[in-house]
Amino acid sequence: MLWLWDNLDLVLGLTADHVRLSIIPIVVGFIVCIPFGWLANRYTVARTILLTLGGVLFSIPSLALFVTLPALLGTRILDEANVVVALCIYAIAVMVRGAADAFSSVSRDVISSSTAVGFSAVSRFWTVEFPLAGPVLLASLRVVSVSTVSLLSVGSLIGVQSLGYLFINGYQRDFPEEILIGIVFTVIVAVLFDTILVLVGRLLMPWTRATRRRRWVTSATASVSA
Amino acid sequence: MIEFHSVTKRFPDGTLAVEDFSLVLPSRKTTVFVGSSGCGKTTLLRMINRMIDPSSGSIEIDGVDIASGSAVALRRSIGYVMQNSGLLPHRRVIDNVATVPLLKGVKKVDAHTQAMELLDTVGLDRALAYRYPSQLSGGQQQRVGVARGLAVNPNILLMDEPFGAVDPIVRDDLQQELLRLQHDLDKTVVFVTHDIDEAFLLGDQVVILEKGAQIAQVGTPKEILANPASDFVASFIGADRGKRRLAVDSTVSRSGDDVVLVDGAGYVAGVIEAPGGVLPGAGAGVSTNSRARSVSNKTDQAGDA
Ligand SMILES: Nc1ncnc2c1ncn2[C@@H]1O[C@H](COP(=O)(O)OP(=O)(O)OP(=O)(O)O)[C@@H](O)[C@H]1O
Ligand SMILES: [Mg+2]
Repeated sequence: MLWLWDNLDLVLGLTADHVRLSIIPIVVGFIVCIPFGWLANRYTVARTILLTLGGVLFSIPSLALFVTLPALLGTRILDEANVVVALCIYAIAVMVRGAADAFSSVSRDVISSSTAVGFSAVSRFWTVEFPLAGPVLLASLRVVSVSTVSLLSVGSLIGVQSLGYLFINGYQRDFPEEILIGIVFTVIVAVLFDTILVLVGRLLMPWTRATRRRRWVTSATASVSA
Repeated sequence: MIEFHSVTKRFPDGTLAVEDFSLVLPSRKTTVFVGSSGCGKTTLLRMINRMIDPSSGSIEIDGVDIASGSAVALRRSIGYVMQNSGLLPHRRVIDNVATVPLLKGVKKVDAHTQAMELLDTVGLDRALAYRYPSQLSGGQQQRVGVARGLAVNPNILLMDEPFGAVDPIVRDDLQQELLRLQHDLDKTVVFVTHDIDEAFLLGDQVVILEKGAQIAQVGTPKEILANPASDFVASFIGADRGKRRLAVDSTVSRSGDDVVLVDGAGYVAGVIEAPGGVLPGAGAGVSTNSRARSVSNKTDQAGDA
């Protein structure tokens, strides 16, 4: 603990870097998955191609991707961009599948009745399909958020500032307390992101809670009357 | 008035759902398409609001070919109610009812005020306005669906088995409500069902369909009951099994002025008033031990529709 107080600035600085660098892939993954997920849900061919591509990309080891990207992007080897781009690729790979599932989870009846009452294709997408895909989208986004936060630590191996530095430094100095603090702060960041996502989800999708509450009330009344 | 002119629909997979269908659906009347599953009822209905485009032939509303304008504008001018209501699960009841006015750019306050009035119209408590559809019973959801269908005050209301998924008592309620609404609002209603009793109850014009939307018979319920055009129709309306042909039951001893009626199979179908042993309109005494007089059920009910 003493070490933490002595190095609070370092730890908080690394935490800030960690937050800053992991937000980008999460946001990019979310935005990019929407058109791709829509395509994958709409056309079988697109679905096969996109999901296969996603699977292949996700199976590339992160370290390998970090060190190959400079050659592909023309960035310097220590550039943050390498890690951010690599994490964006993983985020998109996971989210495209999630988004395809999310859009296909929207009830056909609701879509066709929306068309029947006169939604144009564009307004139907944004005001019906997208929000109704929300719960499943959110579920994948939570997975992406946690995996991005933890994968980012690997980036420290190629010199990008993040909480991963504490693992490497602690390991090299054979100093477990530093490693432990690295883990604790990574978990805090992951939990923080997850909590924010869940809260935003509740705020934006109040109907999902209404349904759950009703089920609960129904089963409660059922057990009372039983 | 809605007119089908030699309309054919062949789906891309080759299914011939509707073949050379021609019919006039009169304004301000209820036309019911009735037939067994897969005979093309939904396809016919969805061609009216261009959810499905005919492969050949044309459809006119009040003399204008529906293919000439925008499909979205057409749909916004026609009410549509389907089974399982098709409500938006993420919108509260009031916003569901106001969906189309809001799409058309009506101010939210005005759309909501009108939506509240529509809840009254369809017999729903205003207290339900701020619930989500999942918090309503099936019957209540159907009423919201009807309210939404009425929200743009359309001349035409399309209803695809709207009461197919609710229990018989609620269905009775909803049917009566629809009859009342139709009496007050005078819409051109196109109603799809596979329940012949529902068709006879609600329809001014009943269209009995066979596979490929081939018309087996068109007419008022009375005409069809009195004169089934074919064995298919007779069997579809249950006339061949004697279900529609009622007789005074001879085994029950009469008390009071009611006599019990049974159908051809001997099942109890109801009672009829026969003051002093005389059936109204029959002009002759009814003896409880003879089957002197038979009465078709449903016709009088349907006649009120
Ligand atoms: N999109 C489609 N692609 C191919 N075939 C279709 C399509 N929609 C309907 N069909 C076929 O067209 C025929 C008529 O279907 P339709 O939905 O109009 O029947 P329906 O009379 O409404 O039946 P139900 O009472 O079961 O609702 C059926 O054989 C059906 O399988
Ligand atoms: Mg149908």
